[in-house]
Amino acid sequence: MKDNLQLNSEGKLKHFLSIEGLPKELLTEILDVAESFVGMTDQQIKKVPLLRGKTIVNLFFENSTRTRTTFELAAKRLSADVLSMSIATSSTSKGESLLDTIRNLEAMFVDMFVVRHAISGAAHFIAQQTAPHISVINAGDGQHAHPTQAMLDMFTIRQIKKEFSNLRVAIIGDILHSRVARSQIQALNTLGVPEVRVIAPKTLLPAHVESLGVSVSHDLNAGLKDVDVVIMLRLQKERMTSALLPSESEYFKCFGLTEEKLKIAKPDAIVMHPGPINRGVEIESKVADGPQSVILKQVSNGIAIRMAIMAMAMQKQGVM
Amino acid sequence: MTQILIKNGHRIDPVNKLNSVGPIYISGGKIVSVTSEPAGFTPDTMIDAQNKIVCPGFIDLSTRLREPGQSRKATFKSETEAAASAGITTLCLQPDTSPVIDTPAVAELIKELAKKADYPQIYPIAALTRQLEGTELSSMLTLKQAGCIAVGNANHPVRNLLILRRAMEYAVSHDLLFMFRPNDYWLGNNGCAHEGAFATRYGLPSIPEAAETIALAQCLELVELTGCRVHFGQLSCRRSVIKIYQAKKYGLQVSADVAIHQLHLTENNMIPFDSNYHVLPPLRTEEDKQYMRQGLASGTINSICSDHQPHDIDAKLGAFPETEPGMSSLETLLPLMLKLVAEGVITMEQGIASLTANPARVLRIDSGALTVGFNADVCVFDPELEWQVNAENWKSRGVNTPFWGQTFKGRVTHTLQAGKLIHSLESGNH
Repeated sequence: MKDNLQLNSEGKLKHFLSIEGLPKELLTEILDVAESFVGMTDQQIKKVPLLRGKTIVNLFFENSTRTRTTFELAAKRLSADVLSMSIATSSTSKGESLLDTIRNLEAMFVDMFVVRHAISGAAHFIAQQTAPHISVINAGDGQHAHPTQAMLDMFTIRQIKKEFSNLRVAIIGDILHSRVARSQIQALNTLGVPEVRVIAPKTLLPAHVESLGVSVSHDLNAGLKDVDVVIMLRLQKERMTSALLPSESEYFKCFGLTEEKLKIAKPDAIVMHPGPINRGVEIESKVADGPQSVILKQVSNGIAIRMAIMAMAMQKQGVM
Repeated sequence: MTQILIKNGHRIDPVNKLNSVGPIYISGGKIVSVTSEPAGFTPDTMIDAQNKIVCPGFIDLSTRLREPGQSRKATFKSETEAAASAGITTLCLQPDTSPVIDTPAVAELIKELAKKADYPQIYPIAALTRQLEGTELSSMLTLKQAGCIAVGNANHPVRNLLILRRAMEYAVSHDLLFMFRPNDYWLGNNGCAHEGAFATRYGLPSIPEAAETIALAQCLELVELTGCRVHFGQLSCRRSVIKIYQAKKYGLQVSADVAIHQLHLTENNMIPFDSNYHVLPPLRTEEDKQYMRQGLASGTINSICSDHQPHDIDAKLGAFPETEPGMSSLETLLPLMLKLVAEGVITMEQGIASLTANPARVLRIDSGALTVGFNADVCVFDPELEWQVNAENWKSRGVNTPFWGQTFKGRVTHTLQAGKLIHSLESGNH
């Protein structure tokens, strides 16, 4: 992958578009930098002046609450000026208008774009087209990547499990449409997790999914055996109307995570979910709110991870 | 009467089993001799083709020149210049112009545009169904009489098999060739990349081989039912080659072509999110490519087309799935064919036949050979001449090619269409 687009000539982060093409050392550095921000968020004054005077624009072409809010908070805690824009878009909107939006904002002396878009490759496209001094952070593009989510998940896993090299991780649900899963799989593999499993019906798995470096199971009971980390994915309602699944109840019966099924995993297994949760569809409340759930921890960690990534992408401008 | 002598060239004409150095005498737009000088022959123009190959002009079974309707992308003038510089002397035009080629008026407009561009040998393919909507038959006979060489539905689906059956039966009644790119619209699911490891990695909506092979298999059944003469265009995968092989062996009257880029590129060559690799059918696997190559070598696939689709810059500027599919590919047709020869996939004769005699046979036209009495459609090329794909050498308005910047071997030096010199590299083009 020509993801050198993400790195400058010294191998430092310039854009953060996908996990692919980033070395283990860089991912570890992100986790370490995020670590240093975690303590800070508990303090009375939750700000550092790292990005003072910088302008960050959150460009959300697709709805999001959690991701946009954590990006906004992260930017504010780095003392940047933040502008969040929700841009209504339709599947027919063309690259021209996307490019025009970018050009216009560029003309306002922006330093960073945080982009979410419904089309795979949108963040790459913006990174290629934008002025060289501007950094682009991918906050989710189509079914391609959601690398900051994956990194906050890695951060949460490391916080609790300490090491990656002895873990079994299962990702359960709609892998086909999930940019989160794609980025998680790449991050887990890069960080040295020896076994990543995906568990889903065949209709929700992309072709040749094993080529991503995972093993495949269509059976939750078998797939959960001995795993340390259980990652549940959100199931969109429209999967039922497009003949990918018969019903929510049948899905829950086969792939929904219940207390009982969770017992198949290791006793100290943690349960993760990128949110928002469909209670009673992919996960029952008892598990989502139970002692093994780290779902809210993920949300808190999202701020530190996004602070780390934004600060690191600005290194080329003399930050850090 | 203008007389032209092409001398000292290495003539390769698979139809007439010509593979030797010698002259070609042209008079009044026709080939008059390839052996001895006809009595009273005094050439007005002499082309020295020493160390060059002289072959019939190329016949391209699938092109889009973007006129009428999309002249912001390209024009007859720009694209016929590109075609001439690439040794192509006959072009078949897909019906998805705007307006669609479903009335004689549009067919005549195309003839008119062709004449104006000084490149008359352009054959429109008539829409199989009105407006390409896949529901009602077009006036095929009227369109044939207006100069359409075949019928087809471009990339548009025919609503159901009953309509397809009736359209094919109606085409048979008027002895019309049906040019069909097999693609099941529903299985295609608005995809933009091959359903494989690449699309999975980059989260791209994908198209399985079955979208092509199921449509192909259905059409083969209808060939048997209706007796329609079908040419399958722009095939892309292993199982399509096998199906065509079996159908031919079984005695069905079918033929097939492949777009030149499918013989060279696979999903592995794609630069992630580079819209120049966005084509339909999508670039498939290495195995598919090898089967397409073997299919060509064995004659199962008898023709190579350019599948030329020039675009304006904006059409390719965007996130990959949102960009328009297609490559500008007239000018890389010959060098990419020669690359197949250099790689030992096919012989030079086979390569030339796949661009000349074979498509002529598909279309049933008196062309694609250096036969005495035929229109003098001739291509002279230097197989050793290197050139770079760059702004200086490129003629098409569409610069949407993944080969931009690459250096190729083999360049056309002269092109004659019906005895008229429509391209000469020396005459200062460059």
